[in-house]
Amino acid sequence: MKFKLTSMAVAAVMAASPVMAELVFPSLSYRTGPYAAGGIPFADGYADYFTMLNARDGGIGGVMTSVPECETGYNTEKGVECYESLKGGGGLVYQPLSTGITYQLIPKTTADDIPMHTMGYGRTSAKNGEVFTHTFNYPANYWDGASGAVNYLLEENDGDLNGKTIALVYHNSAYGKEPIRTLTELSAKHGFTFTEVPVDHPGQEQKSQWLQIRRDKPDYVIMYGWGVMNQVAIQEAANIRFPMENFIGVWWSGSENDVLAAGAAADGYKALTFHGVGSDFPVFDDIQTYVVDAGKAAGAGDQIGTVLYNRGLYAAMLAAEAAKTAQEIHGTAQINASQMRDGMAALEMTEEKMAALGLPNFGPAFKVECTNHGGDGMVGMTQWDATAKTWTLISDFAPTDKDLIDSLIAEDSAAYAAENNITPACK
Amino acid sequence: MFYREAGDFSTTYAQDQQTFPIKFDRIRYYLVLFVAIFVIPLVINDYWVNSLLLPFLIYAIAALGLNILVGYCGQVSLGTGGFMAVGAYSCYKFMTGVDIWWGGELLFRLPEFNIFFAVIMGGVMTAFVGVLFGLPSLRIKGFYLAVATLAAQFFLVWMFNRVSWFYNYSASGQISAPERDLFGILITGPSTTPWAAYLFCLFFTILSAYIARNLTRGASGRKWMAIRDMDIAAEIIGVNPLRAKLTAFMVSSFFIGISGALFFSVYLGAVEVGEAFGIQKSFLVLFMIIIGGLGSIFGSFAGAAFLVLLPVALKVAGVDWLGWPTDIVAHLQLVIVGLLIIVFLIAEPHGIAQLWRVAKEKLRLWPFPH
Repeated sequence: MKFKLTSMAVAAVMAASPVMAELVFPSLSYRTGPYAAGGIPFADGYADYFTMLNARDGGIGGVMTSVPECETGYNTEKGVECYESLKGGGGLVYQPLSTGITYQLIPKTTADDIPMHTMGYGRTSAKNGEVFTHTFNYPANYWDGASGAVNYLLEENDGDLNGKTIALVYHNSAYGKEPIRTLTELSAKHGFTFTEVPVDHPGQEQKSQWLQIRRDKPDYVIMYGWGVMNQVAIQEAANIRFPMENFIGVWWSGSENDVLAAGAAADGYKALTFHGVGSDFPVFDDIQTYVVDAGKAAGAGDQIGTVLYNRGLYAAMLAAEAAKTAQEIHGTAQINASQMRDGMAALEMTEEKMAALGLPNFGPAFKVECTNHGGDGMVGMTQWDATAKTWTLISDFAPTDKDLIDSLIAEDSAAYAAENNITPACK
Repeated sequence: MFYREAGDFSTTYAQDQQTFPIKFDRIRYYLVLFVAIFVIPLVINDYWVNSLLLPFLIYAIAALGLNILVGYCGQVSLGTGGFMAVGAYSCYKFMTGVDIWWGGELLFRLPEFNIFFAVIMGGVMTAFVGVLFGLPSLRIKGFYLAVATLAAQFFLVWMFNRVSWFYNYSASGQISAPERDLFGILITGPSTTPWAAYLFCLFFTILSAYIARNLTRGASGRKWMAIRDMDIAAEIIGVNPLRAKLTAFMVSSFFIGISGALFFSVYLGAVEVGEAFGIQKSFLVLFMIIIGGLGSIFGSFAGAAFLVLLPVALKVAGVDWLGWPTDIVAHLQLVIVGLLIIVFLIAEPHGIAQLWRVAKEKLRLWPFPH
């Protein structure tokens, strides 16, 4: 009788607990709205990589993965709703792909002990892991982008930018404002003149901004745009015959969707990147075999090999590797969010590791440490070829102005810590 | 049968003038309050609070405020988003300590306000700004006034984006609410318990509804309605249009400011003015009161509930139950919500509140049809 009761209790517990034999990687995607052009390929790449892992390797460490999606529309209110609704499903790591939502989730994820990965976006000072224990932004951040662009221009001008003018066309939001401080400091350091040209959400109307650029005639234009704003800016730049090779977008302003609309006029447009371009990597054969041919491709399946698809894939790969690291650290295949954080905090990407994954030289090698959640900020430059319709890497991945960025990060994270009563410490 | 005045005798003036003259209504009202205050806080979790209840309560306050201006006083306003932003940014400045600068030097810094008073100050500052932007209503009416308030919307958003004093010179231009408590219980910040955030907002919602209801059935409400129905006639019978219109703007903005303050501090925790308080917010609140019912307190609640809960319900039904792709559901949401708005406006131009009124009339007669 007693045995029966116990077994019934066990059965009841098992029936009551949710299906746990899964590693959940929630995807806060946006496939609608003015930013869908960027959201769709990223979400497809993110989902396809996990589909491939499931089909090829049987998940991660023998546990299948699942990628529940939630549509945020790049809207913070919906982002919060998505976060709360997916939290119940045991999500391991959140990647909101929106700086606004990131700002909201930094304190929430920290309180809930869930890690968040904001790859190349979000709050730059989250690189300081002593203050932002649950936020990671490896391998590069916004300030690396700004510094990378300036470094590239320095190289083009034989190390001298004195007397040059650089204009920043930016999305008038937390995202677009991020590089201003860095560029201001860099302009003082290198002697160029820096002007700001804000564009309001969603950025479909930029006539006056480009009129200003036509009048001021800056030598170079750097753009921090996203979604429909990119296409419009490149079209407007073409309309005022701004030389495309002097127009540099950050990595969020450098996908096929942004340049195709302007046609041949976009030829020569440059964009920063922190990972490889094109589909000339062994991993894409596996994607083809296990995902596309099996009819399991996410979305319409027409984005494979595009810049943002690759970025989604890269994000998924880093998340999967962090999960593997976490499984090793904690000796369990079925990790939870807190263990996932430890995995991310101890993640080490090496050339050999990436080659084994079928992504040789795709991204930089880096090691996450408590004091450095942001990698080493290696930034490369790509250029658009309008006739071949391809992006090509035209520079090596080069380091950015580490001293300047680290001092700015220390300052900004100290301000955050003071505002929120956080004692910086390694966790 | 049971929903009627018969048998319910008033023996004092107070009884005769009460909000709910029918006993059944009164009991229902107290029951709703009881459930909202004592039952819901015990059963809710993070998801229910952050996805449904907080947005509902906060939008209900904004809808109440706008309804006073548009529904009761007849002054069209498209500046709700901007006024909510004033509430949010004032709340932020008061909760972090207002700093006054003069000639590049810090003159003095006010002490940090408790979150409760910071929210109230959000309302007060917005009331002030509302009166300022309400001044044109003395000269212009209708569509022209709508355009003037639209200017307020764009100006305020521009100002909060432009003047870094409002966001304490943070690099990103975002404002984020630090942890604040009331009697030792956290109200803002990530560690807030769901019930505390809920009760804090509920308190303001009930208070706003109570004030709004009693203002609108008193002398000032009657003056507003007189202005709305025919301003010249109202002036002739002795209503001062300056006072009536400006008090309407003031009270309305006060509520909208409170809702903006709560929206920022308790609900989202971090906002960016262009994204959170853009023109689409003004339209959203306007749709709420149009669908809910112009000139009705209940309508403000019904409209807020309709536009907050429906998208979430559609998402749950489409994505979680039917397993449809998220983008299709998001597109369907737009179609269905849009369609429902059109159907509502054709079938019942006076909003959900009118449906409610008709239902009550029917209940009075039931079970006899005549």
